[in-house]
Amino acid sequence: MQKITRENLINKAIELLDNGTVSRVLGWKIGEFAYDVTPAVFTTKEDLQKDFIFDDFCNANFSKYLIAETRKAEEKVLVFLKPCDTYSFNQLLTEHRFSREKVYAVGIPCEGMLDIGKIKALAGEGIIDVIPGEGSITVKNLYEEEKTLAYGDVLTERCLSCKSKKHVVYDELMGEEGDVIDSNRFDEVEKIEKMSADERFAFWQSQLSKCIRCNACRDICPACTCEKCVFDNPKSSVNNKAISDSFEEKMFHIIRAFHVAGRCTDCGECSRVCPQGIPLHLLNRKFIKDINSFYGDYQAGQEEGSRAPLINYTFDDLEPGEAVGRGV
Amino acid sequence: MSINSEYKPKIVAFCCNWCSYAGADLAGSNRLAYPENVKIIRVPCSCRVNPMFILRAFQRGADGVILCGCHPGDCHYTSGNYYTRRRMALLFSMLEYLGIEKERTRVEWVSAAEGAKFAATMNDFTQTVAALGENKRLEDLRCKR
Repeated sequence: MQKITRENLINKAIELLDNGTVSRVLGWKIGEFAYDVTPAVFTTKEDLQKDFIFDDFCNANFSKYLIAETRKAEEKVLVFLKPCDTYSFNQLLTEHRFSREKVYAVGIPCEGMLDIGKIKALAGEGIIDVIPGEGSITVKNLYEEEKTLAYGDVLTERCLSCKSKKHVVYDELMGEEGDVIDSNRFDEVEKIEKMSADERFAFWQSQLSKCIRCNACRDICPACTCEKCVFDNPKSSVNNKAISDSFEEKMFHIIRAFHVAGRCTDCGECSRVCPQGIPLHLLNRKFIKDINSFYGDYQAGQEEGSRAPLINYTFDDLEPGEAVGRGV
Repeated sequence: MSINSEYKPKIVAFCCNWCSYAGADLAGSNRLAYPENVKIIRVPCSCRVNPMFILRAFQRGADGVILCGCHPGDCHYTSGNYYTRRRMALLFSMLEYLGIEKERTRVEWVSAAEGAKFAATMNDFTQTVAALGENKRLEDLRCKR
């Protein structure tokens, strides 16, 4: 259950719209069901009161939306940022992807968001409502059944290994300031590293062959902000389409992760949006883990203007031959 | 072993224009033998090599890819090979994480004066890759004729 309520946020948004600080509000909009919340832009009080929502399904990270939104009008855009979203926000500022003056950022606390996939797996289909409670949720379905699920069982993967409750950037903070958490986020990567080469290959083959090349991971990624993407090149001579028994998917995912290496804030949006449930964050985390162990700890987005490890060097860096398998 | 002695792996060598390509040239003018199945691709600097080049080479049937550049500190463009070093460390580590043999990829610094080193490196790399056999994990069947 979130500490901050929908009403708190609506009141804040209306206040800022009324006093002319902002002209538009980036927020979460209620979907067809309680759990399919979508990002939306609100411009009037009426829309906010009607459609704005803040609950346990407000997963979307708005940082990337600001690139397009800040270009649309002269006035500022109000954006609500959860702690992990502020890292992406800072990283985009570092890369000059939008103008800081055109954004009014309100930091909001987050108690962890829920994964509807996990809820469906435990409570079955036909869910019509999810009622948050203290430490557990109550799920109601079409057949008038109710089921209580523990919070820890239905949190998204990324929230289970949350790296920070601290907002690294904001204009205004609602609620209390949290702390950076000593997370266990590299445990899964280590587990894979410990497998034999054949097991690792089999693992990734089975995961990546599920890919349907919908490009959702690329489109949602706050670090993937090129206007033109290498994978949209029609002259690449290898069709960028799904083919399960070939190298195409692996190449796509290696390159996708490589292009954001050093800039990935580990927000976990890629895995969240994947319709096939591929653990894509494990590729990004491998790069983060390697960067930390080869070149010293680095958290993208922690500090505005920090230099990403791949656009930096020292004279006595590790040789590529020595680097391989070093983390294992 | 009889299979491996007949099997000739396809090796792609990316060589920087200023050091390693000249090193290969020197190996040739010194009549030092290196395997004919090494295909050299000349690049302006080792940092011109995008990770995609390496993966594409594998995808289209290379069994091993080696990247040669100036020694760190000697780059014609001052710092290109330092960036290469970081990128390739991460890329090779990632390939290993995906279960691809680490011996199939290598970075070697070869200067324009090191014709002998160039030939020795290519001989050694070709043998290493030949021992691994054909690259099955990264190939793309659509790219095979």
